[in-house]
Amino acid sequence: MVDQAANSPLLKVDDLRTTFTIPAGDVKAVRGVSFSLDRGKTLGIVGESGSGKTVLARSVMRLNLGTNVTTTGTAVFEGTDVLTRSPAEMRQLWGTEMAMVFQDPMTSLNPLVRVQRQVTEHLCRHLNLNRSEARQAAVDLLREVRIPDPETRLRSFPHELSGGMRQRVCIAVALACAPSLLFADEPTTALDVTVQHQILNLLSREQADREMAMVLVTHDLGVVAGRTDDTMVMYAGTVVEHAPTASLFADMRHPYSEALMRSIPRTSFPSHTRLAAITGRPPDLIDPPTGCDFSPRCPYVQDQCVNEEPPLVETDDPTHRLACWTPVGSPEARVAFEKNLAAGLRQAVAVDLSTTRSPAGGVDG
Amino acid sequence: MDTALDPAAPTEAARRPWIRRFISKMPWTTRFCASWLIVVVGAAVFADLIPGLADPNYQGFLFGDGATNEGPSLTHFLGTDNNSRDILARIVYGARVSLAVALTAVFMGVVFGGFFGSLVGFVRGKTDSAVMAVVDVILAFPGLVLLLTVVTLLGRRDLVVIATVIGFLSIPPYTRVARANALSISRREFVTAARAIGTRKRTILFREVIPNVLPTLLAYAMVNAAVIILLEGALAFLGLSVEPPTSSWGTMVNASRVDLQINVWPAIWPSLALVFTVYSLNNVGDWLRRLRSVRSAAL
Amino acid sequence: MGSFIATRLVRLVATLLVVSFLTFLLVNLLPGDAINALIPIEAQQDQEYVAQVRAEWGLDDPMLVRYGKWLGDAVRGDLGDSIVTSRAVSSEIAHRIPVTGELMIVTVIFSVLLAVPLGVMSAYREGSRLDQIISGGAQFALSVPGFVAGLLFIYVFAMKLGWFPATGWTRISNSISGNLMTVTLPALSLSVIEVAVYTRVVRSDLVTTLKEDYILSARSKGLKDGFILFRHALRPSSLTLITVVGLNIGLLLGGTVVVEFLFALPGLGKRLLDAIFQRDFMMVQGITVFVAMVYVVVNTLVDFVYLVVDPRIRKAD
Ligand SMILES: Nc1ncnc2c1ncn2[C@@H]1O[C@H](COP(=O)(O)OP(=O)(O)OP(=O)(O)O)[C@@H](O)[C@H]1O
Ligand SMILES: [Mg+2]
Repeated sequence: MVDQAANSPLLKVDDLRTTFTIPAGDVKAVRGVSFSLDRGKTLGIVGESGSGKTVLARSVMRLNLGTNVTTTGTAVFEGTDVLTRSPAEMRQLWGTEMAMVFQDPMTSLNPLVRVQRQVTEHLCRHLNLNRSEARQAAVDLLREVRIPDPETRLRSFPHELSGGMRQRVCIAVALACAPSLLFADEPTTALDVTVQHQILNLLSREQADREMAMVLVTHDLGVVAGRTDDTMVMYAGTVVEHAPTASLFADMRHPYSEALMRSIPRTSFPSHTRLAAITGRPPDLIDPPTGCDFSPRCPYVQDQCVNEEPPLVETDDPTHRLACWTPVGSPEARVAFEKNLAAGLRQAVAVDLSTTRSPAGGVDG
Repeated sequence: MDTALDPAAPTEAARRPWIRRFISKMPWTTRFCASWLIVVVGAAVFADLIPGLADPNYQGFLFGDGATNEGPSLTHFLGTDNNSRDILARIVYGARVSLAVALTAVFMGVVFGGFFGSLVGFVRGKTDSAVMAVVDVILAFPGLVLLLTVVTLLGRRDLVVIATVIGFLSIPPYTRVARANALSISRREFVTAARAIGTRKRTILFREVIPNVLPTLLAYAMVNAAVIILLEGALAFLGLSVEPPTSSWGTMVNASRVDLQINVWPAIWPSLALVFTVYSLNNVGDWLRRLRSVRSAAL
Repeated sequence: MGSFIATRLVRLVATLLVVSFLTFLLVNLLPGDAINALIPIEAQQDQEYVAQVRAEWGLDDPMLVRYGKWLGDAVRGDLGDSIVTSRAVSSEIAHRIPVTGELMIVTVIFSVLLAVPLGVMSAYREGSRLDQIISGGAQFALSVPGFVAGLLFIYVFAMKLGWFPATGWTRISNSISGNLMTVTLPALSLSVIEVAVYTRVVRSDLVTTLKEDYILSARSKGLKDGFILFRHALRPSSLTLITVVGLNIGLLLGGTVVVEFLFALPGLGKRLLDAIFQRDFMMVQGITVFVAMVYVVVNTLVDFVYLVVDPRIRKAD
């Protein structure tokens, strides 16, 4: 396993930018994202609503619909840049090489088509299976994603299944042609808390068994903890912090990551929280602020943050990338925080209140 | 150059009269259609004042003054029909019938249908079920067939009768549109808020519900006016609209059938007038509706 | 499911009752006493004769009694006799159904066959030049009434080119090709507006459907666009189309009256017009009730089609 292909990453994204042109202006949803993902590895992408996670995943898969989208940069997948491929070539990749599990299983299955056809139709196309082979494959797949009584379930319509079951079907659909890269876009946000765990575990198990690379998108840091190899924190279309998950949780440097962390409720582990805990609103993507995008909401904000955009650079740990002038825990941050608190800055006061009540710390579990 | 990027632009645009801003948003086809509608309405209203417009009922050939089925000339811009009447004049006066009928229908629809619909959509309950049952039954008749039956059984067929009958028949569809809107508006926050602070129901209906139903109703009225004009056209074509010699576009098309082999123009001109007017109403109506849906989506 | 059918059937019967009563009321209440249609005004001097005729036609009974009698007969398929021809209204209707029915069926089939591809193309390429042309064309076609289109077709295809007869009808039992010749122009005239309506419906519905997650999910499976369009997207839109076809039967029925008049076809609409001009109130009443009934029944059938096609309703009992 030391040949060239195995060494180079499965997916290498470089300076990816996606813009939607709408009457009000250009929505810069993704603004220069770079990362790489090795075969069989997992990457968590975390950020609050509107930070561009979905758009990033869809841009890499070339699934952004509409004529008003432009994507620049490169996304090299298995040696070729997907952004330069023709639609027909993309169709060859979709399903067999890259697949996606969507946020809401209620809407991502066609309500008028039986489960069987939705699970098998691309098997038939990509793997040239005949009807009975496809049916057998479907039964095996449903069994694999732990759906009881698969033969009956195949004849059902989506609305006859529970939310968790539907998401299992969606996962089966995505896994059907054994892709080497799976995007799971907030696969549990729409589900009950009790089911979320099962679905996440199912994804992790399948990922490990199949040695498939996986990108797990979520707005909840608690979901990636202990589940992904790397974690990338996104804010307003840019990466603000990127590190191996373990070291990120051990040593969280970006104020935004820290704020996300603080917003995880301690009691019930994977959560629904819409991150109301972070003071302020995400920035306007049509006309982003100068300097650091987080500066208007950052408790450690200082003059440099407002004027100068911090680059994403390696810290003393080369696997840990960070875009911040005042990393959490640094002396500059402490000074800036005291100053902001004294000045009565809203976000600083809010942080002060929340830390005195329950000090920010590691996640239980 | 690009006003969108100029920070001074919005205030400057805001200072312009609203009508100009409104027009500047129209695509050119819609502008054209709106102009045509203005021309038609103007011609119909001021028909008697248009200099040089012939008498629509003057049959020149009876007085040795011109012939039947004449081609276009300086005295008759669009020629004459098979009774040697001036086609242009008959089209202009015919517009009166179409517009009068459409206006009556829209007026009755908006006033009565709009009121009943808003009311029952707001109060709901038994009144709602009762009114909507009646509406459903009336809508269960195919429009033209019902119209035919009523109009013929009435015996007398002048403009007032025709317009009133069509007006009555257009109340149910407006009621339905208004009710659907009122239902959703009644669930919105500002209505709930008004209820919560104890505002009287009648006040809420007139201050909150009806003003919010009206714009949708007016956009619907445009498209509905088009349907009404087509309906009157069909009725006239069947010879069952206002009685001759009053001219109506449908009547003119019908009359032209006799000499179609010899002269097709008397059929073409009123047809064009009808089609363009209806198209303009549809076009402007669709545009208004799109504008409104964009605006409500932005809320 | 059983209760769904039951409520629909109850509603159907209720609507039919009210519709028939209203028609009856309409025909009997409006000015112009029925007696005027039965006896010429000049002959009405003879009081005895008038009284006899009134009694014979039951014109002196209270309205409800007359309606009850008429309804009792109607349920048994007897809609009374024509005042003018003395023939049974129901048999006259039956005689003319094939013409109007064929005209409507041909129109609907032709319009759907044309509108679906147009609507699909237009929605698939939303905002493109093609979409603008199709949408604009549909908006224009929507403004062309059947009699204008019909007259144009007569002028071009019958008078100038001589491909089709300008008027008249050949029954399908007499000659299939002759029948096709006579149905083409009338059906085309009716289709202009129908195609426009259906195209707009298919387009707007499909534009919404194509934004659904399950379409994106189908794309992410690597399926071909055509497959997605016709197997995944068109299915829900076809439900909407069926509803609109049902609702549009009313418009179409009105259209057949005009077109049958223009092309002199021996259909129901033409018969209704004749009856109207002859003040044959029995005939008018019979045909109006029948037409309203067809409309209501078709729309109930549409509800049942939903039941068959949409699994969500089928199972949600
Ligand atoms: N088709 C589009 N047209 C215009 N703007 C868009 C479009 N799709 C996304 N955006 C914008 O891009 C930004 C990022 O959206 P995205 O869906 O990627 O957020 P997200 O991180 O996935 O959030 P969520 O947690 O809510 O899913 C948003 O501000 C959104 O308004
Ligand atoms: Mg998302």
